[in-house]
Parts: sequence; structure tokens; C-alpha cells
Amino acid sequence: MHKPNASQEELAALFRQELVTGVGRSVRHESAAKHVTGEAVYIDDRLEFPNQLHVYALLSERAHARILRIDTAPCYSVPGVALVITSADVPGQLDIGAVFPGDPLLADGKVEYVGQPVLAVAADSLENARRAAQAAIVEYEDLEPVLDVEEALRRQHFVLDSHTHKRGDAAAALAGAPHRLAGTLRIGGQEHFYLETQVSSVLPAEDGGMLVYCSTQNPSEVQKLVAEVLGVPMNRVTVDMRRMGGGFGGKETQAAGPACLCAVIARLTGRPTKMRLPRQEDMLMTGKRHPFLVDYEVGFDDDGRLRGIRMDLAGNCGYSPDLSGAIVDRAMFHADNAYYLGDALIHGHRCKTNTASNTAYRGFGGPQGMLAIEEIMDAIARHLGRDPLEVRRRNYYGKTERNVTHYHQTVEHNLLEEMTAELEASCDYAGRRAAIRAFNARSPVLKKGLALTPVKFGISFTSSFLNQAGALVHIYTDGSIHLNHGGTEMGQGLNTKVAQIVAEVFQVDVSRIRISAANTDKVPNTSPTAASSGADLNGKAAKNAAQTIKERLVEFAARHWHLCPEDVQFRNGQLRLRDRFVSFEELIQAAYVGQVSLSSTGFYRTPKIYYDREQARGRPFYYYAYGVACSEVLVDTLTGEYRLLRADILHDVGASLNPAIDIGQIEGGFVQGMGWLTCEELVWSDQGRLLTANPASYKIPTIADVPADLRVRLVENRKNPEDTVFHSKAVGEPPFMLGISVWCALKDAVASLADYRAQPAIDAPATPERVLWGVEQMKRLKQDTGRVKPAGSGAGRTEIGGVHPLCESGNHE
Amino acid sequence: MIQFLLNHELRSEHSLDPNLTVLRYLREHRHKTGTKEGCASGDCGACTVVVGELDSVGGRERIRYRTLNACLTFVAALHGKQLLTVEDLQHGGDLHPVQQAMVDCHASQCGYCTPGFVMSLFALRKSVEGSDPAAAHQALAGNLCRCTGYRPILAAAERACADRRPDQFDAAEAETVARLKAIAPRRTAELGDGEKRCLLPLTVADLAALYEAEPEARLLAGGTDLALEVTQQQRSLPVLIHLGHIADMKRIETFDDRLEIGAAAALTDCQDALAREYPDFGELLGRFASQQIRNQGTLGGNIGNASPIGDSPPLLIALGASLLLRKGDRSRTLALEDYFRGYKITAREDGEFIERIIVPRARAGQAFRAYKLSKRLDDDISAVCAAFNLTLADGAVREARIAFGGMAAIPKRATVCERALAGAVLDAALIERACAALAEDFAPLSDFRASREYRLLAAQNLLRRCFIELTEPDIETRVTRHA
Repeated sequence: MHKPNASQEELAALFRQELVTGVGRSVRHESAAKHVTGEAVYIDDRLEFPNQLHVYALLSERAHARILRIDTAPCYSVPGVALVITSADVPGQLDIGAVFPGDPLLADGKVEYVGQPVLAVAADSLENARRAAQAAIVEYEDLEPVLDVEEALRRQHFVLDSHTHKRGDAAAALAGAPHRLAGTLRIGGQEHFYLETQVSSVLPAEDGGMLVYCSTQNPSEVQKLVAEVLGVPMNRVTVDMRRMGGGFGGKETQAAGPACLCAVIARLTGRPTKMRLPRQEDMLMTGKRHPFLVDYEVGFDDDGRLRGIRMDLAGNCGYSPDLSGAIVDRAMFHADNAYYLGDALIHGHRCKTNTASNTAYRGFGGPQGMLAIEEIMDAIARHLGRDPLEVRRRNYYGKTERNVTHYHQTVEHNLLEEMTAELEASCDYAGRRAAIRAFNARSPVLKKGLALTPVKFGISFTSSFLNQAGALVHIYTDGSIHLNHGGTEMGQGLNTKVAQIVAEVFQVDVSRIRISAANTDKVPNTSPTAASSGADLNGKAAKNAAQTIKERLVEFAARHWHLCPEDVQFRNGQLRLRDRFVSFEELIQAAYVGQVSLSSTGFYRTPKIYYDREQARGRPFYYYAYGVACSEVLVDTLTGEYRLLRADILHDVGASLNPAIDIGQIEGGFVQGMGWLTCEELVWSDQGRLLTANPASYKIPTIADVPADLRVRLVENRKNPEDTVFHSKAVGEPPFMLGISVWCALKDAVASLADYRAQPAIDAPATPERVLWGVEQMKRLKQDTGRVKPAGSGAGRTEIGGVHPLCESGNHE
Repeated sequence: MIQFLLNHELRSEHSLDPNLTVLRYLREHRHKTGTKEGCASGDCGACTVVVGELDSVGGRERIRYRTLNACLTFVAALHGKQLLTVEDLQHGGDLHPVQQAMVDCHASQCGYCTPGFVMSLFALRKSVEGSDPAAAHQALAGNLCRCTGYRPILAAAERACADRRPDQFDAAEAETVARLKAIAPRRTAELGDGEKRCLLPLTVADLAALYEAEPEARLLAGGTDLALEVTQQQRSLPVLIHLGHIADMKRIETFDDRLEIGAAAALTDCQDALAREYPDFGELLGRFASQQIRNQGTLGGNIGNASPIGDSPPLLIALGASLLLRKGDRSRTLALEDYFRGYKITAREDGEFIERIIVPRARAGQAFRAYKLSKRLDDDISAVCAAFNLTLADGAVREARIAFGGMAAIPKRATVCERALAGAVLDAALIERACAALAEDFAPLSDFRASREYRLLAAQNLLRRCFIELTEPDIETRVTRHA
């Protein structure tokens, strides 16, 4: 920090230097050193309290059944058991649904999925609690389950009403289009697989209150729900969240269950209580990314330009609404991705099935909507015998025309055309396309594929009121700064970025700033750290708090040293007061003695946004983030195995707050998106039990799945034209959808087998098995002279009122 | 009692539940919480720790550092060894080079997997001479990270391995060697808590006597499968006999016509020996689970647990391997293909154990190909595992031994297919006949890994791949080999 008694020359020299840990610098993650030494404390690492109880929930074995009898008496024969609770023991409200009711803390008379908590046991160890829970007797009477999204859709078995986006007359546009295609696509879900499973630890406090340590993206929601299940006002409950071992959306709503179970048990026993889910229980109990069923009809002209489209996006929501209203909405908002749809009719359905309640996951429905339109782009390209990139570009939103979305927001500051051109050149798309054709011509078994796909992702919570944040800044008399904000750190580097923002305002080194755990006592009524909004919202709130104090300091300094406010300048830990210099510490000391408040809150709400859901029009997004990715894959046509050989990414983060952290988000998002569409497959039994409920059966990418040649760049010199924090852009979710390029490249490799004239019917995820069936389909098409239409057990596509692509004349090469 | 070094601290544990894993021992008994639980099933690597063992290279005694999953390792396995965890790497307030590289490369985000990566990197740096991306892939494929996309972790591996400066463990190596020699086991040890116990014999004869006396005991080799019964199925294993200290059962010997592999030899060691004879065997073992598991798991264990999807049995059956089985004083040799009787049922008698695996060495005219299909290339369980051992002469198949995993309730020979091939001229028409025969050999099941239709078609296509590789070696056939 500050060297005492520095001379004016020394202070002046420091003042001339730039702050190296401010905004725009690749400052290391604030916990990096603690991560690598094991000193970073996660909730399960906290010293346990004396008398600690451990909770284990017995999960339903049935997908849909009435509970006839629960006998908990046998549980008590296991040593160390303190308490067994069922729904009847919850003192306050039983339902912990986040937005809509429907999520009982413990099953209430019936179970609606395999994995639903039926009762909870608290014992002196997790092992004893688990053993005791398994001793309970639960009798069920089976009811008919709905396990399949298609069946739910057919029966109109919904958790919430359907919703429609509409522009123009899609039916007429389809009828009048020179070409029409129709098809279906099944899109798989995704397990979050945060490395730290759901965990909460609760300590009873005075007045019926609770101190709750919870690994959650949404401390205020946990505070509210704990208060509700206990039947106490929210002001009795404090939630503290230092860091999560990953979240990805999975700890937005679904962290609340363990916290509430702990709170109820702590209330009933008076003992500190912890619940950490074993991995398999976590995977059975908690919801995932929504699987989707997409059905579409599209009409287009000879150049592949869209005239009209109808899409039905049916999300498999699981047994309760959770966040599915907004998630299916976001799928609809992103069913255009980067493209002007023409006359459009987009329906979103929220199907109810007897599976875990699907929830937020990075992209929040956006990826599913986007995957559907990317599938359509490829299908059009194959149909017309064009390069898919050409068709994509032809459909890009224009800058001055064709620039209004199907929800009537104008797409401003669209970077995609120039970004696509830049990446196309830097990755040598055309040269590699030619090289791949040559490779495929001489390689009978292995085939290569290439795809360049765009991302346009809308930034803001689509529930407009959530776009608000608070922060709290204190400066202590030694000049050290305490910072708190409403966001949560889950690895994304939010605390580092917010600290850099405050460092920038005060022009002090980031090491002077300490961010404490997110805490509902410090910043109240926070929105979840979600929707990529963490830095946008909390960064602005913290900046506003710091700015408030800085204004007081400037005003004080001007008064104290008899200057105009313009003469007070902050830089690199020093102040210039016209012709003399003082250190930041000296200023703070003087301000304290001068009775200046050195603490302030800050608040921010996003301007400009609104959405009229009745009319399905408005400006739900403050701005869009853009990205483009080009992936090259190698496919084995004998087995369906494949590898990603190279990926080039160009991504837009506006003026980066921290390039190293942003690149980390882009790379991590890309690989997670690739995992969703390739090796990560959720499989359920006929009885509705998740068969892939552990990492032995559910495979997320490993280090070997990442290409040796991965080139990631940020778009340079492109500030966000909107007034965001230092003109940066959000980065959490958008890069996830860059992974779509891998899926499209796999299909490109397979399509090569039929001269790129038919789109292989490969659903997501494109496991080796699905890829092999796509290969078989292409081989049949190639053999056949064209009388057979594409068919497959998976995604299918038929042309309406036209000739099959393989029947059309002409040399496809 | 067992004795081991916890970093530099000598621990003598007299009374511990032998079902206790090293992970729980560290977190709950020693309050060292840097080591994380991500899955408790050996699939994520968050609990990776390093174990140092006495080793001798060119007559020089040294410490060999290997990773293992603390969640799958029972405490008894630490006997006579040194255990290092993420807390032990800092020295004099400075980060270890692998830690510093992780920080400098921005290689941690949420940080939960990071201690495991740090330990894998530490062992990697100790085992390579410089930066080696292929070795880094092998060393790190058993550590899952959900945040970073791995690129910065690979960069950290490169940086840390290029930095050859000695660390505090190099400086203390002579002293550590002396301390480990001082606690080297000299007689059968026993660890127990009054109810459960684990015996740690040092010789095959002692093992044979103990197991004959207590045939209900569970044999613990690497424990990477057995420990799942405790961590995933909450079973209690009252009597364990640990094979990890029986030098004769860890030895791999090469004779003129055969390899003899001790049943308790780590897969890492088997991989080196088998790759020299059969490159495809080595390649496949490189995709067998993870480095942590291969360091701990044994070839005998992979056979002993009789999984229909164990990766080594199909290869060993195709190669005509046999087992040396022992019970008390009596030994017998049994062809491996006769060992598997039904789903998880074997020819092993009560009190009998696998002492060695005998693998014929490669001969002239022999072509051996082995393939593994899984959803994920690394650290995944096979949907189909195929091994083709063909003896070729004058363009014809003299003899064919073909075995598959994942296609039946046991690892099984494809006898109809073999008959179709034997004695015939090797051409495309023959392969198509042999493919048709495979459909008579197997009626595979559908499960979450693959459908029966995929399994059968892929099995046939693997035979086609084998044919292409033998007859048209210029054609690329494996995505794993493409540069």
C-alpha cells in the first residue's frame, strides 16, 4: 500500500503512472491463489459447529404416485438420528416455487417424479442420516405418469399457458414461398454438473431467525423462502454466500430446497444443520436444461432468404413451472438468432412431464431456440445446394431494413456482418472448405466437416423488474475499501470485475479492495446472479456507490485545500490538488477527521427496456451481444465417433472489463455448449428414472475434447454503444451458443456423404450413435436414385409440395 | 496399525474403519478440506491426491509420485507411503511452480476442481522431462472442469512442466526415501476399528493362507471398483485383504513366449508392458478410465470383478491369455475365456484368487487390433469393445480369435465369426460374410450407452475397420490418430 512520508516527487511520479488493476486489465481472479492452495472455503469446508446435524432426503422411486403411508419409526432405530420430517412438519408455507407455486419442500400426498424428496432425516453424520432414510417405509399407489414431451404436447398437459410471437401473416407467406420445408428436431437437456453439489448450512439465531450459508445464485430468494417455510418475517433470516463451486443456472432456484430443509430441521431441533447432496441425489433431485421438441415449417426464396416461418417450441418443463415461463419465452425470443424471419408465428409450449422440474441453465432457453433456427438454415442450404454460410448471411438482420425482430424490437448496432467477414477471412473458411472437400474425396472412412455459425443474444432479464441491483461501499480510515454487491461469485470472476470497477473509480489498486460474501444483511432484495447480468447490474450499482463517495471526497478536498472541484484529480492511488499531491490514505484520514461519510450504497436499474406480454412486443433487451465461431470436425463413418479439430471464435464483449476473464468465459461457454450438443446425453427409463444420474454415465467434456487448435479473440475497439458499465457487454451466456458450430460441423461432415444435398436427421445431442444413424441415412440416400425421402428415428424433414433435393438435376459439386 | 507420511508428518493409525476413504480421512479426521468431493465415484478428479512410493531407477532409490482418487482409496492403501495433498505444495509462503502456473494462466474459475488439477499437474511435472501435451492430456483427462474449457489448464501444464527448477520435494528426497524405508512393511499388518478389519499381507503364500481361512473376505487390489460399494451403495465391507503390498503380485515379467503380469500390477504399469507387444492394447489402455484410476486399478481387478464392459478382458481373450489361479497351496491355470461363466459369475472358487495373468507375446504373421467405442473419447465406459487377433499367411486368415465386450453378459468370443474367417482368403466378400456371422454371435442389449442396433452395426463396422487397416494401411480409420 502506501509508503508513509513519501516525498512530493515520489507521489507525482506515481500519479503519472497508469493504474494497472483498473478496468480493462487482465487482473487475476480474486481467489486464484486460494483456489490453487486449497484455502478457498466452500460451504462444506467451513468448520462444523458443535452438535452439527447432517440431512439426507429420501427420494421418490416413483414417477407419479399417491402416497398411501409413510412410517418413519424405523428410521429412529439407526444410531445418531435426531429427527425425521415429512411435509406435515413444516411450520410455515410448504411450497417453495420460485415464481409460481408447485414445488412442495417435501412431497405432499403425492409424488410427481423419481427423485422428489419425500422425507428428510437429520442425524449426527451423513452416513447415518442416509441409512436411516432408507429404513423409512413409504407405500405408494401408482398413478399414470406422463414421461414424454410429445405425449404432454399431444394432451396439452402444460405447467403454464402457451404463448405466441407473431409478425405478419406467416401462413400466407408460407403458402406463397417458392420453397417450403417442414421438420422436427428433438433437443436434449443438460445436467449442470457444477463440481460443488447443492449445499446449505444453517445456524439457528435469535427471534426464530436463521443464519443460512447457501451455495446459491439467489440469496434473496433463499432468504424469502426460508422465512416462508419457517413462517417468520424476512428480516429474521440472513443468507451468506461467499463463493459457489459452479452454478450455471442450477443454483438459481434449486439451491433453496436444501436451505429450507435445513432451516426447518434447525428450527425443530435448535441445532446447526447441514445438507450437502451426494452427486447422484443431486442429479436425480434437481432440474436441468429443458429438453425441447421443435416442429417447424419454413418458406424461402431461391437464394434461401426466409419469407415466412412457423415454429412450435415445446419445452419439457418437468413436473412444475419453476422458471419455465421465462425460459420458454427466451427460447422464443431467440428462435430468430441472427436472422430476419419474415412473417413469423412462434408458439411456445410449457409441457408438464413427471420428471424433475427443469430450470435455468446458461442461456435459459435461448440455446434451444437458436439451435432450431440453425438447423433450419442448414436444411435450407442443403435443399438449395448452397454453402450454409451463404444462406446464413443472406438472412442476417439488416442495419436499416429487415432489422426488426418478431417481437418488434429493432436490432441496433448489429456487428454480425463485419464479424463474420473478419472470422471468415482469419480462419480461411473458403480455403478450408475446399481442402475439406478434397480430403473427403480421398478419405473413404473419415470425413471432415466445417461450420461457421453466429450468435446474437439478448441481454437483460425478460422480466423487466429484475433488472436492478444494489451495492455497498465503505472506506475505512486506513484507506482500505470494503465492497459488497448483490451479485454472487460462482467462478465467473464477478467479484474481480466489480472490484476493478471500484478501483477504477477511486483510482486505487485492486488489492486495496476486499469484496465480502454476498449477504442479505448488506444488500437487500437482490436479483439472482443470472441472465449474464452480474457485472452489468452490480458493476453499475457499485460504480454508483463509489461515485457517491468520490463526489463527497472531491467536495471535501476542494473545501479543505481551498480549490475548485475540477482541481482535484484521482490517479493511481494519488490525488493531485492543482500543484501538490497527497496519497489516497492521507485524503481518507483528512476526510474522516473532516466528518465526511465514507460509506454509501449504490443502486442501478436498466434503462429503456419494457415488454408487453399481452401484445408480445416491446424492447425486452437493452442490447445484444454477438459472436461467431467456426468449427472443423472429423467424423468416423464406421462408428460415428468424432473429434473437434479446430475452432476459431470471435466474440463481442464491448469494451472488456477484464480480457482474461472474458476469454475464460468464452472458452468455457463454448466447451459447455459443445458438450450439450455432443457427449452429454440424459436418458430416462420407461419408469421415468434418470439412468444417467452420475458422472460414470453422464459425460461432460474432458481436456481431450478441446481442440489443440483453439483460437479465441475479442472484437477490438468496439465499445457498447449503450451506457453500460464502462461500455462493456455481458459475457456469461452468449458464448455458450458458439458450441452450435460444432453440431453443425458434425452434420456437415455427415452431409458430405450425400454430396451435401440433404440435411442428416441428427437430433441433439449428436452422440456417436446418432451420428452413425445419420451416416447410414446419407448412405441410403446416395445409393438410392432419390425415390426415398430422408427418414430416421430422430429429426426428420420433408419438403412440402416440391421435389426431393436428391431428385433435382445438376452437378452438386 | 498402518503407518504413512502425511507430507512430512509420520502418522501411525491404530484404529480406523478400513472402509474409510482417504478423502473422508483428510476432510473429517484431519480437517484438511483442500481436497474436494465432486462425485465420490472416481469420475471427476476433484479429490485427486498424490502418493509417493519408493522406487528404484537404474539402481538409484527415489520417490515415484502418482495420482489417485482419494474418494476411491481406502486408508489402508497408504501403508508405508507418503500422501501429499494440495495444502502441502506451498513452500516458505511461495506457491509451487504448478500452482503459480495455474494462477498465471487464469486456469481457475470456480476453483472447486482446482486442487485436483493442481495435484495431477504436480504428478505430471514429476513424471516428465519437459512440456509434453500428450502426457498432459493423459494426466488430466480424469479431472473434470466445468468452467474453463481446459485451454488455460493445458497452458499451465505446459508452463509448469517447462520449468525444471527443483522443488522442496526434490530437496527432501533422500530424507523421504530414508523415512519411507524406515516404515516399509515387514510383516502382515492389520487395520481395524473393532468391527471391521483390513489385512495387508506381504507374500502370496500369506495371502493364500489368509484367504483360504476367510473366503468371505473381499480382496482389495486397486479398489477402484470395490470402493464404489461403500461410497455409492453404502455397503459395509467387514473383512478386506489388501493386495497392494505383495511385491510378487505387482511384478511384470517378460519371457520368450509370454508376459506374466502380477494380478495386482497397476494398469499404468501394464500399459507400458502391453503396448510394447501390442500397440493397440496400449492405445486402448490410454483411454481406460483415467490416469488416477490406472495408477490405482489393476489388471487382476479388471478381470476379477467380471464386468461385461471391462475393457481388458476382450483383448486378453482374443490374445489367448490365461490366468494362474491359486487357492491355499494349490495353483491351476485356466484360459481367460473359460473364467467368465455368466453375468458377474466366474469360475473362481471360494478362497481362490487370481495370482497372475499370462499373455502370449506377439508373433510374426499376427495382426492384433483393438477398438473401444464410447460417447466420450476419454474416461468413459465402452458401449462396444472389440479385439481382433488374426494370424495371416499368403493373403488368407490362418486363425482368428475375436472377442467383444459390451455385446453380451460376459466378455465373449465371436466364435461363429471366427469360423467364417478361419482358413479363408482375406477379401471384402469374406469380411461381409464374417459381419453377417457376428449377428449370430451376439444379441446385444439396449441401454443408456447405446442401442442394440448400434452395438451390432458398430461391431460389424469395427471388423470392417480392421480389414481396411490390414489391407489398405494408407486409409485413415481412427479419429484418435488423425493429427
